[in-house]
Amino acid sequence: MKCGIQLAVNGEERRVNVPPMKRLLDVLREDLHLTGTKEGCGEGECGACAVLMNGELVNSCLVPALQANGARLCTIEGVSTEGRLHPIQQCFLENGGAQCGICTPGMILATHHLLDKHPTPTLEQIQEGLAGNLCRCTGYMRIFEAVQKAAEAQHAI
Amino acid sequence: MRSDVTGYELNAPPSLQAVLTQIASEPGRHALIAGGTELMVALNTGRLASRSLISIQHLRELRFIRVTTDAVHIGAGTTFTDIRRKEIIARELPMLAQAASWTGSIANQNRGTIGGNICNASPAADTPPALLAYKASVTLLSLRGERTIPYEEFHLAYKKTALEPDEILYSVSVPRAYEGWRQYIRKVGTRNAQAISKIALAGLALVRSDEIQEIRIGAASLADRPLRCVGAEGAVRGRSVAQSDLEGTVRLGSAALAREAKPIDDIRSTAMYRSAVAANLLEEFLRQLSS
Repeated sequence: MKCGIQLAVNGEERRVNVPPMKRLLDVLREDLHLTGTKEGCGEGECGACAVLMNGELVNSCLVPALQANGARLCTIEGVSTEGRLHPIQQCFLENGGAQCGICTPGMILATHHLLDKHPTPTLEQIQEGLAGNLCRCTGYMRIFEAVQKAAEAQHAI
Repeated sequence: MRSDVTGYELNAPPSLQAVLTQIASEPGRHALIAGGTELMVALNTGRLASRSLISIQHLRELRFIRVTTDAVHIGAGTTFTDIRRKEIIARELPMLAQAASWTGSIANQNRGTIGGNICNASPAADTPPALLAYKASVTLLSLRGERTIPYEEFHLAYKKTALEPDEILYSVSVPRAYEGWRQYIRKVGTRNAQAISKIALAGLALVRSDEIQEIRIGAASLADRPLRCVGAEGAVRGRSVAQSDLEGTVRLGSAALAREAKPIDDIRSTAMYRSAVAANLLEEFLRQLSS
């Protein structure tokens, strides 16, 4: 059994015909060929597959396709504009907040969500905001620094 | 191993009434799915038994926080994020706000619901200890009508609840009766985010002139279901928490708690550790009442 799902992905209307329990993660990667979103644990523990759904951070491995019907989605592919990195991405790059890259798309989107809710986050708010995103390479200090710089950069604009 | 998703059905009825009609027509056949933070994990690890699911995630009728003079009524589809953002919950029911902040991570709190947390019926779930201490009640709904029962009567055994096959959890009501009560909640896990409790304790007490007039204690991971620790409550109710009496009160409470606790060994901890830490948490709670 398949069902038609309508999605607004990174500002573009898309329609897919998929099993209703197919994971949003797989819809993004396999049906829409947006492979920037990564799979880590597949159990909602690591945040590698995090995307914004109607402005809220969600783990796409835990969202059945049918529940995303009609949703507005932002994936890592939609964060940069016209080939220019978003300030959050730029700050991760400049502060060594990315290494192997598997956790990075989720980290960037979790940061995006955090700075939406807390434009001037405390270290504690950063730690909590990214607590659902696991990184096994850089260590978290550089990531936290990147987030702090990104918050400052957003205020400078 | 991950399940083949083509073997599962999922539909999203347009209203709560339509959901009730569907589950009444084939009682027990369908599993309800809200935020998916539990059932999608089961799907992804090949453990999702029910092949037919009904989504209730989109039902606005289940997502509300209504405040009346006597209680805060929380719809079963209310997310942990909704709970954390509600000022009155942070102010009057801080243990519930705290428990919501412990559940998973921000991404999981944006999706997971209080109804799911309760109906999944894990003995380690984060919100039940606070709900037990607050003496919450739950309203269950079916085509036959609605009924409201004390939350402490909801969990019947391991993963077994009072829900009939044609019923759905509609809401959780928490009394607004705790002004002046002392509130204590602590979770012990491997880390703050994501980790499931090794043990957690919520305590609520009314203390006057160093005497415990009323006390309620709820615990996670101390039995096969979320446990209201009535034995420990009874042992310390009416007792003094004055400095000179505190040791004796703690001893009575700990002994009673040890009698009613039935913790197990599992991948997260051991029964011995859980018993020891539960006693320590109770002691910490009672010591806080003393100051």
